[in-house]
Amino acid sequence: MVLGNLASLVYFLPELAVTATILLLVVLHVVLKNRRSPAAALLALLGTGTALLFAWMTPSGAGMGLFEGMVLLDGFAVFFKVLTALATAIVIFMSIDCAELAERTQAEYYIFLLSVLLGMFLLSSASDIVMVYLALELVSIPSYLLAGYFKGKGSSTEASMKYVVYGATASGVMIYGFSLLYGMTGSTQISEIGRVLAMGAAPLPASLAAGMVTVGFGYKIAAVPFHMWSPDVYEGAPTPVTAFLSVGPKAAGFAVLVRFFYTVFASPEDAGGIWKLSSSVDWTFLFAVLSAMTMTVGNLLAVNQKNVKRLLAYSSIAHAGYMLMGFVLLTAVGLQAILFYLVVYLFMNLGAFYVVVLVANGCRSEDISDFSGLGSRAPVAAVSLAIFLFALTGIPPFSGFIGKVYLFAEVIHRGVYWLALVAALNSVVSLYYYARIVKVMFLEDPTQSGELPVAFVPRVMLGILVVPTLLLGIYWEPVIRVAEASVRILTN
Amino acid sequence: MDFINSHILTLMTFLPVAGGAIILMMPSGRDNPIKTIAAVASFLPVLLAVQLWFLYDRTVAGVNVASQFQFVEHYTWIPSINVEYFMGADGISMPMIMLTTIVSFLAVVGSWGIEKQIKGYMTLILLLETGMMGVFASLDFFLFYVFWEVMLLPMYFLIGIWGGPRREYAAIKFFLYTLLGSVLMLLVMLALYFNTTNPETGGHTFNMLHYMQQATHNAWLKGFDIRILMFLGLFIGFAIKVPLFPFHTWLPDAHVEAPTAISVILAGILLKMGTYGLMRISFPIFPDVTKWFVIPMAVLGAINIVYGALCAMAQSDLKKLVAYSSISHMGFCLLGMAALTPAGMIGAAFQMFSHGMITSMLFFLVGVIYDRAHHRDIDGFGGLGAVVPVYTFFITVAFFASLGLPGFSGFIAEAMVFLGSFGVFRTIVMISASGIIIVAAFHLWALQRIFLGPLNPKYAQLEEINAREIFCLAPLALMTLFLGVYPMPVLNLMSASLNHLVDVVKMVI
Repeated sequence: MVLGNLASLVYFLPELAVTATILLLVVLHVVLKNRRSPAAALLALLGTGTALLFAWMTPSGAGMGLFEGMVLLDGFAVFFKVLTALATAIVIFMSIDCAELAERTQAEYYIFLLSVLLGMFLLSSASDIVMVYLALELVSIPSYLLAGYFKGKGSSTEASMKYVVYGATASGVMIYGFSLLYGMTGSTQISEIGRVLAMGAAPLPASLAAGMVTVGFGYKIAAVPFHMWSPDVYEGAPTPVTAFLSVGPKAAGFAVLVRFFYTVFASPEDAGGIWKLSSSVDWTFLFAVLSAMTMTVGNLLAVNQKNVKRLLAYSSIAHAGYMLMGFVLLTAVGLQAILFYLVVYLFMNLGAFYVVVLVANGCRSEDISDFSGLGSRAPVAAVSLAIFLFALTGIPPFSGFIGKVYLFAEVIHRGVYWLALVAALNSVVSLYYYARIVKVMFLEDPTQSGELPVAFVPRVMLGILVVPTLLLGIYWEPVIRVAEASVRILTN
Repeated sequence: MDFINSHILTLMTFLPVAGGAIILMMPSGRDNPIKTIAAVASFLPVLLAVQLWFLYDRTVAGVNVASQFQFVEHYTWIPSINVEYFMGADGISMPMIMLTTIVSFLAVVGSWGIEKQIKGYMTLILLLETGMMGVFASLDFFLFYVFWEVMLLPMYFLIGIWGGPRREYAAIKFFLYTLLGSVLMLLVMLALYFNTTNPETGGHTFNMLHYMQQATHNAWLKGFDIRILMFLGLFIGFAIKVPLFPFHTWLPDAHVEAPTAISVILAGILLKMGTYGLMRISFPIFPDVTKWFVIPMAVLGAINIVYGALCAMAQSDLKKLVAYSSISHMGFCLLGMAALTPAGMIGAAFQMFSHGMITSMLFFLVGVIYDRAHHRDIDGFGGLGAVVPVYTFFITVAFFASLGLPGFSGFIAEAMVFLGSFGVFRTIVMISASGIIIVAAFHLWALQRIFLGPLNPKYAQLEEINAREIFCLAPLALMTLFLGVYPMPVLNLMSASLNHLVDVVKMVI
């Protein structure tokens, strides 16, 4: 079913809520005249909360084309809307008590944040290559601004600059790929492109287009070799922004990657997963290599980091590599595994960054050595961080383990054993550097004296992040059911 | 009572961690209540183990027959991928479950002297007990794996926070080694899951007992080279835990740095998980590969026995000596299992139980002397026999038990292993037997250097072993002696199952 512009608005409430909030924030920004005020954060939180609620309640039966088919509303899109809105809400929360941002948390900061959210909403539901491109840029441009939010700080400026240059290049390559697709099929609708390609396309341009699109999306999810920007950006950006970039846009990137490739390059009858794009290129193998490279490079580079933020940045590259395992075969079960992993990743990664923010508030540094003795200085924060880190490693009974089990299971099921083995060995490597932070916190004596108090509200927030990280490791049936339902709409 | 009897394994598994949760909620600094709660939480499983002992029917085998398992608890956990909460006991797990409760309780009591962060320590040790109990009681591979891994975290912290000077290195080495083994196990588990079908429902399954019915395996899994790879994946996972040469290097480090009670648990229970895993999982699921693999396993066992003993002989640190002698003794388990005869298999299982008690004693005793002298250098003592006669008595008992003197359980175990394996591979057994001489030699030599000869005047005032320490040692010493004279109580417990296990492996062509 394809709806016209006006009829679509009813189904567009989450996006409208975000847009309205952005506009209100603009007004607020003018009224406040660069003064700091809690009102901006509250307004942003309220807007995000409303959007989350609307997204949650969206009727997501069969896929529905909105705005003459530019945007597709289905369970898959709803899943990602809820996920990204949740991430944004948590990040707004994180920003409120971040000392690093204290000087500059003005309304404009939240305007950028919510613009990214709007872009992510559109990205996860775009069904037209023009829309995909617009949404991608809507995610990217405010992200560049956020990464360079400290105008005076060198690393922040560098981050922003790198981000822009890499981003522009990736976009350029991707749009070239889009134009090839349009040239071959005469349509901008991704379902139509997929249908025409399925009737038999010239293998070379199709492969070329697929490769170019992969560059664009690969950049967004920071897959190796398109990852070069991310460590510097992640280090230079304010910590809440880093947390945001490593979860939100990455999830949206996966959403569009999955939807695009699934619709354009896989046909329903081989939902079993054979890529039929071009017989001369083994796409499964290619993506398996991409996945293996991403996790290995990310992990190996993380090993020697002395800065926690940078370490988490590299490790988040590795996590994108794990998630790509679910993408290698383009099967429904593999996609489910990605969705599930994104949910647990949201909690554990945001949680880890949240503790970094809390610690940095106290000692103004993110060096691993400044975490020493945290176990005795701030036991709640330290234990939470340990839980997040072990979850990221993938050790039961934490949720990260279950996420990995699903990803491993799919590649093993389909016989890509070497990839599972690479991923397993990577888990061992990742333990080495995650455990180093734990070691510093619990096994070493504090270098700085005094307690590091964690106020009541951050404690609650930590609890909100820790509980799912633990609980989903013990009972995760409901979440996998939701992931299953979200994917089913896409794959039918 | 009915409730207790029908959920006895669950209770035994989760009572300790429940105690840990209570401790966690208490304000820190109140050491005595914390210790009491920990002792109670680990003593209740001992009582339940006694109950288990009386209820257990020794005539049924279990192993691969679901209906013959006892104290079974079977619930669905995650229906979408058929993960089950499936606990049960048979003759393979029974001795290990009993051993776990006893050694854990004694380890908690033996930790009375810990002063640093007692709250965290006790919580972790109780969590550790839950993990170990779970491993020995689960019959669902997924559940087994979760418990197997759960154990790693407390162990890492217990060594890393409360250990000796090189504790950080030892803790991370232990963690990395075991995780490496576990991830291999995880891959094999998933491959098994996708290539077997539950005969009742037709879906995939994590149920170990289904895996043991070879008919559930699909064509891919029947390929022999595939089976060898999967067996090896599991084998490395288990071998790291045992630890078998060449995967043993984490053990001396971990032992030397770990606090006394943790060394006790490590040697007394943790190492047995490796051999238990082989008996419970590898052998019955891959009987054909097992038979193909017996010679390499026997050779590895022999290497462990001789090499471990030689290493032990070269140590000047008493704790390292005991650690290497553990490596040597665990070699007997592998040798006995590899023989695939009832006597060898029972000898191996009995060695697991017996070594659990003896080595616990040894590590307690090393801890006692370290507490007083603050070093463990064998040559740094001398003539202590006259100063601390009671302590000398206990350590002599433990040493004699460890070197396999008749009258102690270790002798029975080793004799059975040799008995069971001699007819199968003579040369290997004869080489292994030389290990016994080396073991005897270094034990006696150590005894002589520490307790006999001229008195080292530095230790003329050495404090005698106290009542609490005797409380930890006496039950173990008595059991070792008793089982050395009359091993039937434990042998009866396991013989039906192990005989059946041998049949299961042997029957397959």
